[in-house]
Amino acid sequence: MLATKTAADNLAQAAPVKGRSLWADARARFFRNRAAVSGLVVLIAVGLFAAIGPFIAPWNYEDIDWAVLGNVRDAGRPSLETGHWFGTDALGRDLFARTVQGTQISLMVGIVGALIAVGVGTLYGAVAGFFGGRLDNLMMRIVDVLMSIPYMFVLILLLVVFGRSMLMLFIGIGLVSWLDMARIARGQTLTLRGKEFVEAAQATGVRPFTIIMRHIVPNLLGVVIVYSTLLVPSMIIYESFISFLGLGVQEPLTSWGALINDGAAEMNNGLLWILGFPLFFFVITLFAFFFVGDGLRDALDPKDR
Amino acid sequence: MTTPLLKIDDLSVKFSTPDGTVSAVNGLSFDLDAGETLAIVGESGSGKTQLAFATLGLLARNGRAEGSVRFEGREILNLPEEKLNAIRAEKISMIFQDPMTSLNPFMRVGDQMAEVLQLHKGLSKRRALDESAKMLDAVRIPDAKSRLRMYPHEFSGGMRQRIMIAMSLLCKPKLLIADEPTTALDVTVQAQIMALMADIQRDFGAAIILITHDLGIVAGACERTLVMYGGRVMETGSTDEVFENPTHPYTLGLLKAVPRLDVPQRDLQIIPGDPPDLTALPPGCPFTARCPLAHEPCPKIMPKLETVTGTHLRACHADMEDVT
Amino acid sequence: MLSYILKRLLIAIPVMLILIVGTFILMYTAPGSPFASERGVPPAVLANLERQYGLDQPFIVQIGSYIWNLVTQFDFGPSFIYRDQDVNDLIAQGFPVTLTYGFWSFVVAVLVGGTLGIVAAVRHNTWLDYLAVGISVGAQVLPNFVLAPILVLVFTLWLGWLPGGGWQGGQLEYIILPVIALSTSFMASIARIARASMLEVLTSNYIRTARAKGLPMRRVVMRHALKPALLPVISYLGPAFVGMITGSVVIDVYFSTGGIGQFFVASALNRDYGVMMGITVLLGALTIFFNLVVDLLYAWIDPKIRY
Repeated sequence: MLATKTAADNLAQAAPVKGRSLWADARARFFRNRAAVSGLVVLIAVGLFAAIGPFIAPWNYEDIDWAVLGNVRDAGRPSLETGHWFGTDALGRDLFARTVQGTQISLMVGIVGALIAVGVGTLYGAVAGFFGGRLDNLMMRIVDVLMSIPYMFVLILLLVVFGRSMLMLFIGIGLVSWLDMARIARGQTLTLRGKEFVEAAQATGVRPFTIIMRHIVPNLLGVVIVYSTLLVPSMIIYESFISFLGLGVQEPLTSWGALINDGAAEMNNGLLWILGFPLFFFVITLFAFFFVGDGLRDALDPKDR
Repeated sequence: MTTPLLKIDDLSVKFSTPDGTVSAVNGLSFDLDAGETLAIVGESGSGKTQLAFATLGLLARNGRAEGSVRFEGREILNLPEEKLNAIRAEKISMIFQDPMTSLNPFMRVGDQMAEVLQLHKGLSKRRALDESAKMLDAVRIPDAKSRLRMYPHEFSGGMRQRIMIAMSLLCKPKLLIADEPTTALDVTVQAQIMALMADIQRDFGAAIILITHDLGIVAGACERTLVMYGGRVMETGSTDEVFENPTHPYTLGLLKAVPRLDVPQRDLQIIPGDPPDLTALPPGCPFTARCPLAHEPCPKIMPKLETVTGTHLRACHADMEDVT
Repeated sequence: MLSYILKRLLIAIPVMLILIVGTFILMYTAPGSPFASERGVPPAVLANLERQYGLDQPFIVQIGSYIWNLVTQFDFGPSFIYRDQDVNDLIAQGFPVTLTYGFWSFVVAVLVGGTLGIVAAVRHNTWLDYLAVGISVGAQVLPNFVLAPILVLVFTLWLGWLPGGGWQGGQLEYIILPVIALSTSFMASIARIARASMLEVLTSNYIRTARAKGLPMRRVVMRHALKPALLPVISYLGPAFVGMITGSVVIDVYFSTGGIGQFFVASALNRDYGVMMGITVLLGALTIFFNLVVDLLYAWIDPKIRY
């Protein structure tokens, strides 16, 4: 009798099992990851730079400083006195204002492109994985086929045929990048389909589309978040690639790729700052996105839990 | 007094993980003589498998072992990899839990077997393959010669476990450690594998350590039994002693949980509670939290292994009469 | 085996057709005449030009003759800008260049990346591992169009060791910088994939079995772990190939190597649809063929895949 009581007491004293929600757990894991947190800080800083930059820049991104033109090597250097904090480009335009502008466009293309890719890919993959069978087979075969096409050439063809507009760039970059997301979403959906809550919903006669939207997609959220964070930098790279070739955004608008291209062209003349500043922002932003993405993956990956 | 084949003394195995240190084995000691068969019994998570891995130096990267493991009088715990390699498969070999994943899916079965003989016995490839075929015959795999050219996925689970057993016997080792050799298999196949193990013991005279959670297969197969919980020895003795006269509440619980056909039984009794949290073991007996006889000293002081009769030992604070 | 190859080729044909028809429709629907950029061309001359290039024919005839010429004579059609050259001439001129540095980039990426990744995994948590991880993380943010200017800055402008552009018939010193610029990011990806997969393989049960057999570590890695660890790398070769073809455009433009990428960008800026289409189709065919080779390689290594 006494023995049983002490045993019960011991049980009661044992540390209570800590119950934390999935997301709280993930948040704690994320903030424990130093690289990811510093990545997040950098991203916020770059975001502020793009948002506030236009209001504090003394110069406009398309105006030419005639005092500098013709003597960029000396008068166009980065300096606080002239107000050209980052110097000017070879045409005498203020590089700070242009970098702000390029950052805005690159971030925008990256984020919007990633959203399009993730949206299309998740839905496509969820539908294929949920219905399975022939439809799944056909849909995934299409993905395979599209994957074996050198999409960048097709995208450039699209840009040339339909004219180079920002909208075309968004759609084009987003639409060539949803394939991976579709595969990932399909794989996850296949495992989700066997789960009890989905079977329960099916058994009670919920329509397939409602199940996909209400039960499958929310459960894909973790993967989707991780993948979109990792997709943004690739979108930025794609856009910069096209702009580097001079086929992307059009003057006087600019982006990181176009700025790097300008800078690379002026390298021989010793105007290194024209390359340096955009390159710096490009590199730290990509780094930050990758670190945040890795941090999120570690935090949300069900494999480690 | 002769030196035992294997003498394990105060062995501890710890793993450092992000959630803290996991103590899988805690100060475990036992002896094994040549040709003897010993069953190590316990639930999953009781440290049986890690005990075996530590012996052969196969712990995962984050694991450390302390204490002493003597094989034929020679210390082998934490030996450098090159020295251990001379013992592995040659003197001590091991059969793993999951035959489905324990063979390399990218290599022909014959190549996987032959390389053991090429390495340890210096045989030519051709002779090594011949020997391997003979060994497959010995574990009753029909048409052994042509099977050598097949890949693991072309065999069933039971067949693969036979191949594993054949592979482990190639060098006629002195000690065979079988880690749950039948867990992943069908019941009928289980019986065949156990019969095969018994034959091997007779034909090759190897000492066997059979690690299992299934008391049902122990009774006929092993002379001695050691019951483990939370990485510690709870009770040990000859299989008859332990099974006929269990003196530890945990052993008793395990035995009651075995379904029996010869005794009328209304319900199968289970041991309430979960296996212990190995990151936070109490200083005392790890079984305390689930023990019906737990009392004052249990959570604080680990009971010593004390002799019950002859070779029969137990580690428990409770009165012997209360354990029924 | 043979039937597997045939089956894969049969699948490749419709893919190729989709690519050709897709790009052709794009070109066909493009607003304006390809010759309209030349101002002051009298309508009569324009019509004459269009007739000469068969552009006045109905769509189905145009695409039919395009595919027919392509299949029977490997004729990729005319250029709308360079009157004296057709697409085949441009390909004959540029393709050997692209192929040369592309081949070396591929070899460097696979050999260096694969070795680095595997050694890093085997020597997990040593300085070698950290170096490999550092390189692959760093290279992620240095795509070819960023790396190329940096390389030229360092090796041409500062050190003066290597020429910053040109081809000169493919002399070694002209190949080095393009190969480094093109291969680095793929080398890093391959290293990352190889490392991750080797680490996973090394914790698998059959590697434990191999170690329990007393095999020395070197032999465990080479004989037991290498094949399975390389499978993910092989899967990545297809995408890597596409990525390199795409990257070659930057290399051609930046280093003025004269490969087909240079013609592609020039034709894109000139709206020379004939050249753009020809190059896209050629590279598409190449990609599809390469993917077939990769699949065969994969099937050859993995015994579970039976043709």
